[in-house]
Amino acid sequence: MVDDALVKKLERITLQLRYDVVQMIGVGKAGHLGGSSSLAELMAVLYFYVMKIDSSNPTAAWRDYLLLSKGHAALIQYAALCELGFFPRSELHRVKSLEGLLQGHPDLSIPGIEAVTGSLGQGLSISLGIALACRLDQKKNHIYVVMGDGEQSEGQLWEAAMAASNFKVDNLTAFLDWNKVQATGATKDIFSVPDLGRKWASFGWEVFESPGHDIRSIIETIEKAKAVKGKPSIVILDTVKGKGFSFAEHNAAFHNGIMDQATYEQALKELDQKKRELNA
Amino acid sequence: MKKESLRKAYGQALVELGASNPDIVALEADLGKSTMSYLFKQAYPERFFEMGIAEQNMTSTAAGLALAGKIPFVSTFAVFASGRAYDQIRCSIAIAKANVKICGSSCGLSDFGDGKTHQSVEDANIIRSIPNMTVLNPVDAVETKQMVEAMVRYKGPVYIRINRNELPVITPEDQKFQIGKMYSVHDGKDAVIFATGAMVHNSISAAQELMQEGISVEVINVSTLKPLSKEELMRFARDKQAIVTAEEANRIGGMGDTIASLLFNDIRVPMEHVAIDDQFGTSAYTYEDLLTCYKLTKEDIAKAVKTALKHA
Ligand SMILES: Cc1ncc(C[n+]2csc(CCOP(=O)(O)OP(=O)(O)O)c2C)c(N)n1
Repeated sequence: MVDDALVKKLERITLQLRYDVVQMIGVGKAGHLGGSSSLAELMAVLYFYVMKIDSSNPTAAWRDYLLLSKGHAALIQYAALCELGFFPRSELHRVKSLEGLLQGHPDLSIPGIEAVTGSLGQGLSISLGIALACRLDQKKNHIYVVMGDGEQSEGQLWEAAMAASNFKVDNLTAFLDWNKVQATGATKDIFSVPDLGRKWASFGWEVFESPGHDIRSIIETIEKAKAVKGKPSIVILDTVKGKGFSFAEHNAAFHNGIMDQATYEQALKELDQKKRELNA
Repeated sequence: MKKESLRKAYGQALVELGASNPDIVALEADLGKSTMSYLFKQAYPERFFEMGIAEQNMTSTAAGLALAGKIPFVSTFAVFASGRAYDQIRCSIAIAKANVKICGSSCGLSDFGDGKTHQSVEDANIIRSIPNMTVLNPVDAVETKQMVEAMVRYKGPVYIRINRNELPVITPEDQKFQIGKMYSVHDGKDAVIFATGAMVHNSISAAQELMQEGISVEVINVSTLKPLSKEELMRFARDKQAIVTAEEANRIGGMGDTIASLLFNDIRVPMEHVAIDDQFGTSAYTYEDLLTCYKLTKEDIAKAVKTALKHA
């Protein structure tokens, strides 16, 4: 049983991560709001509850790994790593600047980042390599990787899907952020990849589904997925792109959109409202 | 002179080094019998990963293995290693400085029968242009073994080109191979040939013939294609009247281009390039037929030396 206090705590963290993302993007600058906010709950659950990590020792031999194959959602990962103390808050405010630590996409120069991603389609393969290395060393680390639904059209992902089941890796759990929107429109209009659950199952994976913004359900599903032995598992998260921001929800314009002053204030207002609800 | 297989030397070196270094692992894409990585599979099956005919996944998976502390050797044909998996090398490996070793086997025209799709005229040129990559091109089986040892010692991504055919052994067993160092393999004082891979052998033959005509040519084995250091080049070019470069690769973006641009400001002597003239390969019965067809023989090199000296 997942207790209420834990859920409440993770909901508060989720909210904070969304605040961080909005503040990182700011006014007049492009930023991946849509695909970052659809992952806020998952990041809160993984980083603040499920994963074994230590911000004072980011490369500890026993750590769990989290890779964003959809590397463009780096902002939500940076927010989580910052809240955990991997780097100072001042870095969030100069993300993507020449002087700053935080690159536009995940980079190994950043504490807590495990791979270079951003060229879509490669993250699952890299995760597989890490999983195989940990297994060779008989280590207990678990590897988590997050893919996008638009990204599902990348052929390399399916090469990796076949390889992971060939090698029967069970220290790897993949997540599919099924938010139904990609860069330029709805996935059903741009390039439809239907029956994702059946596809992954037929590639030899154990498939789970969960609402993607329900903390309790995400935790319970991850527990089930991690219990699978002898094959890799994937959790398809039913999410909303731009979740939490009325102007951005389901809206491809905020895949990598720009907020003007009014939109920015609107975003903060909606988060403030959510905060009041949580505190009520 | 005795000829030996570079591929076999590669596979055997992996097996030897794998004995004392448990972190070495190997990945294949169904060409292990050609690249000779199957020797590693026989020796250490648990450290060998057959990835299927899926080079992109193989390349990024190797990155993951490296990021978690392994020293993965990825082997496939040069054309697939560098072309099919280019972006995987670029993003998963090179930007990350992941400690992955890539073997581009059957490089250049050396897979003579298979023709255009399997011969790589551009693999080294492509990989050299990726930041953080080191590129090696051994001249023979002995140097191949020395290079594999150096690759394991070096922390960072390396691409090694391996010729499919047996080549004469000219490297002394006790050579202390160092990445970035150039090796003089034939003495001479009038001109210098900077050659790489199989072209070193043709260059030595050219130098021997030119000697009969009273022309004295030094031949340098440029077995590290990147980094190419100006200081190393100057060491051999400084006192010569002419320079020739020889490579089994497209001239555009090739070693010759780079040597010319590195030396241009300091050494203004005539320079000739022997290289593939912006063409794909083609099928032939023998490797020698192809080298003749693409003007990469000792005669072509000798002619280039004379042309350069004539303008000196
Ligand atoms: C190989 C590659 N091609 C194109 C892009 C540009 N790009 C970045 S994000 C994106 C859309 C991704 O859609 P999806 O996977 O659904 O992500 P999400 O909607 O969750 O943000 C594209 C096309 C890229 N980063 N990599």
